[in-house]
Amino acid sequence: MSDEYILEMRNIVKEFPGVKALNDVNFKVRRGEIHCLVGENGAGKSTLMKVLSGVWKYGTYTGDIVLDGEVQQFKSIADSEAKGIAIIYQELALFPELSVYENIFMGHEIMKGKQIDWNETIVQSKEYLKKVRLDVNPAWQVKRLNTGKQQLVEIAKALSKNCRLLIFDEPTSSLNEDDSENLLNIMRELRDQGITCIMISHKLREVTAIADTITVLRDGSTICSLDAKTDDISEANIIKHMVGRTIDDIYPKRLEKNVGNVMFEVRNLSAEDRATGRQILKDVSFNVRAGEIVGLQGLMGAGRTECALAVFGNPYKYKITSGDVWLDGEPVHFKTPKQAIKKGLAYVSEDRKGNGLVLIQDVRYNTTISNLEELINKISIDENKEIGVANKYKKEINIKTPTVAQKVGNLSGGNQQKVQIAKWLFSHPKVLILDEPTRGIDVGAKFEIYSIMNELVKQGMSIIMISSELPEVLGMSDRLYVMSEGKITGQLDIEDATEEKVMKMAINA
Amino acid sequence: MGTVESLLTPTEEQEQGTGSKTMSALKELITLIKTNASSYMMYFALVVIMLVFQIWTGGKFFTAQNITNLFNQAAYVAVLAIGMTIILILKHIDLSCGYVAGLSGAVAAILMEKAGINVWLSMLIVLLMALAIGFYQGFLVTKMGIPAFITTLAGMFIFRGLLTRSLAKTGTIIVTDEAFKGMCQGYLPDIPGLHLGFHLVTMIIAVVAVLAFIWFQCRSRAHKRKYDFPVASTSIFVAGMFAVSAVILTAAWMLAINKGIPVSLCIVGVILAGYAFMLSKTKLGRHIYGIGGNDQAAELSGVDVKKVTMFAFCSMSVLAAVAGFLYTSRLSSATPTAGLAFEMDAIASSYIGGTAVSGGVGKVTNAIIGTFVIMSLTNGMNLLMIDISYQYIVKGIIFIIAVAFDVRSRKK
Repeated sequence: MSDEYILEMRNIVKEFPGVKALNDVNFKVRRGEIHCLVGENGAGKSTLMKVLSGVWKYGTYTGDIVLDGEVQQFKSIADSEAKGIAIIYQELALFPELSVYENIFMGHEIMKGKQIDWNETIVQSKEYLKKVRLDVNPAWQVKRLNTGKQQLVEIAKALSKNCRLLIFDEPTSSLNEDDSENLLNIMRELRDQGITCIMISHKLREVTAIADTITVLRDGSTICSLDAKTDDISEANIIKHMVGRTIDDIYPKRLEKNVGNVMFEVRNLSAEDRATGRQILKDVSFNVRAGEIVGLQGLMGAGRTECALAVFGNPYKYKITSGDVWLDGEPVHFKTPKQAIKKGLAYVSEDRKGNGLVLIQDVRYNTTISNLEELINKISIDENKEIGVANKYKKEINIKTPTVAQKVGNLSGGNQQKVQIAKWLFSHPKVLILDEPTRGIDVGAKFEIYSIMNELVKQGMSIIMISSELPEVLGMSDRLYVMSEGKITGQLDIEDATEEKVMKMAINA
Repeated sequence: MGTVESLLTPTEEQEQGTGSKTMSALKELITLIKTNASSYMMYFALVVIMLVFQIWTGGKFFTAQNITNLFNQAAYVAVLAIGMTIILILKHIDLSCGYVAGLSGAVAAILMEKAGINVWLSMLIVLLMALAIGFYQGFLVTKMGIPAFITTLAGMFIFRGLLTRSLAKTGTIIVTDEAFKGMCQGYLPDIPGLHLGFHLVTMIIAVVAVLAFIWFQCRSRAHKRKYDFPVASTSIFVAGMFAVSAVILTAAWMLAINKGIPVSLCIVGVILAGYAFMLSKTKLGRHIYGIGGNDQAAELSGVDVKKVTMFAFCSMSVLAAVAGFLYTSRLSSATPTAGLAFEMDAIASSYIGGTAVSGGVGKVTNAIIGTFVIMSLTNGMNLLMIDISYQYIVKGIIFIIAVAFDVRSRKK
């Protein structure tokens, strides 16, 4: 074993009942590099990292984990942390009510005798914050920071534990472009200070920008390891390895466009957050025509989701100070999502686990919950008909599940997203709002979702697509609006839209 | 090499003889029990508890008289447990339902015995009063956003006070109305002029119930098969149906050689059937499970969360009133102590019956099994004349074991 590799995972096999999640995976990480781990959802990336960090403890898998030339037998996360391995998860594990410094030293407090040495804690936390270039008062409560900054706190916490191998699981999935860029820079700095980084990511642009080595997993096996200096690490090549085929066109083209009349229009919508009094929407106007996909682009926190929710029956009770909404030529005013759904609006949530799906219920339940009226026979639900409906959508949009009696929580991200779409298709909307429809799902499933969108607009539906991924918005929309700080800062026809133009509008308020 | 091949082809061996067929059925039974441990736990507990008491009491538990008595004793808890299950699925709780029951019994007694109002009208008035209580608590929870625990804790104080107040002048009121007393002391009438030595109507109802059960089970199995849903193998399925049918028929026979089906059992049966249908077959039921599973997703899917929650509290209070009638009817009197810790038995029944502590999962039929677990304990320990202090301790231990088991098996 040479000194070149800090970590070697050899012939790792991890089985779950009925599935081989990892099938003889080999994974080598050089000391002091940024190593990206890519693959479709379900390829085994997260499972591999869980094996490494001791979540799946020694004995539940076969194969060896070799760290610095020594075979490790981690029984818990604490064991792997003791050896200098830390994971930054997609969902941050901070205590929002506690201060930044309390968070950084949570679990390994600095002691003076039997008491915590708060002075030393604050002094040291300032140093770690400097290392991650986070310029905030360490006494602030973590909830005051945005997601990007919270993530930096999480990294500071890892550094304070003297970690040598830092694993990032989809670190930029909930960050805006600025914060993402910042994070990547910090990863580079950490590397230069000798900390080895492993990054799991779906965002290939970032991967190609930052990686020294890229390992591709597919169906629980290592497909290849690409060296950034010597191998072809173009996005196209990576995708080819990920899916085992070349996707010539990530965005399926619509052959015929037939855009009709204005189907849905919002005029001068302004809203405030009741709790804080902060203005979240300022004079927002936009429209979408029948058979048209309109993109709503903007950075995180620009007010896109709030805008969608405000028109979709306002479930979070923003204080709407002005604005009119027209649907299919009629003025409408929805007080609840129920009313909005009845009139033909549908909203695919960005947070499918949090407020999109009932995970403990099955595919059938989730498919029909928004439109049970259609299945009611006298007073009871016609279950034959219901299963028929669920099976129809399972087939039509290719939901991969053994039966529709499968719990949604057991499906992969892409298939969960399809269940969400199935639910809204069954409510027969005129206007479909898709909020980050492809977040955290793999390339193959993305393509399928784009194809579904194209099919729907062909049938005359109107689609509003909210997305943080610029290429996606540019690839799919007919027209797009850009939002920034609660305002619409620009409208572009797709022919005129370039990434630069859109970014400029998104940043300039 | 040979060993590998034999491992790969176990199916051939299985089909060689009937002996291995029983083996595979047994294997399936074991995996079935393992994977559904939490849902079988309560049946197992119930059987064990009943057998232990049967032995310990020297055969006094399974007598016709005692089984009838058990049904009458359990009726009011069963009714409360049905309402409570819905509240718990929604991740709320109702601590006040015990005293709502106590107060309802007292008010009904006052109206009938002191004010001389007709029994049916009295009950109607009390049901309306309970509905108003449900509205009041539902309003606080849904519109004011006060947690149900606080709202109903306050209710517990208030209704306890009202109960004591209402009986302050008269003390315990003896109920004399025969129709009212019949609810928890009476039996279904038999065909007149028969002298068979057993209650014929009871057995007819039991046989009809068994046939209906078998028919429903077969139909549901056929449906599942049609859509390739997983189903148990034929032998397990048939065995299960035999077991359930045997239990129904045995219980019915015990009632039949006594005085027949108690009216209380019919009342519980009707309420149970209504609620079970509502939860599994109607939009309202779907919405209840949706809110319990993920209230935000339910709201964004067009579920009127507040309205459904309001319904749950109203239904709870109205059922509490019915429970109050049953309890008062059984004692033939309304007392100021009625209602004490009723909610505890109801909550315990629900959880023992497999309602998830985290909400979103639960069945009223299973809550009734939970009720029988709790009430068999009460009944058996009463037969053994065990002191009430020990009774509480034993019930508490059984309850926490059941919930701990459930929590553990859900984690897996």
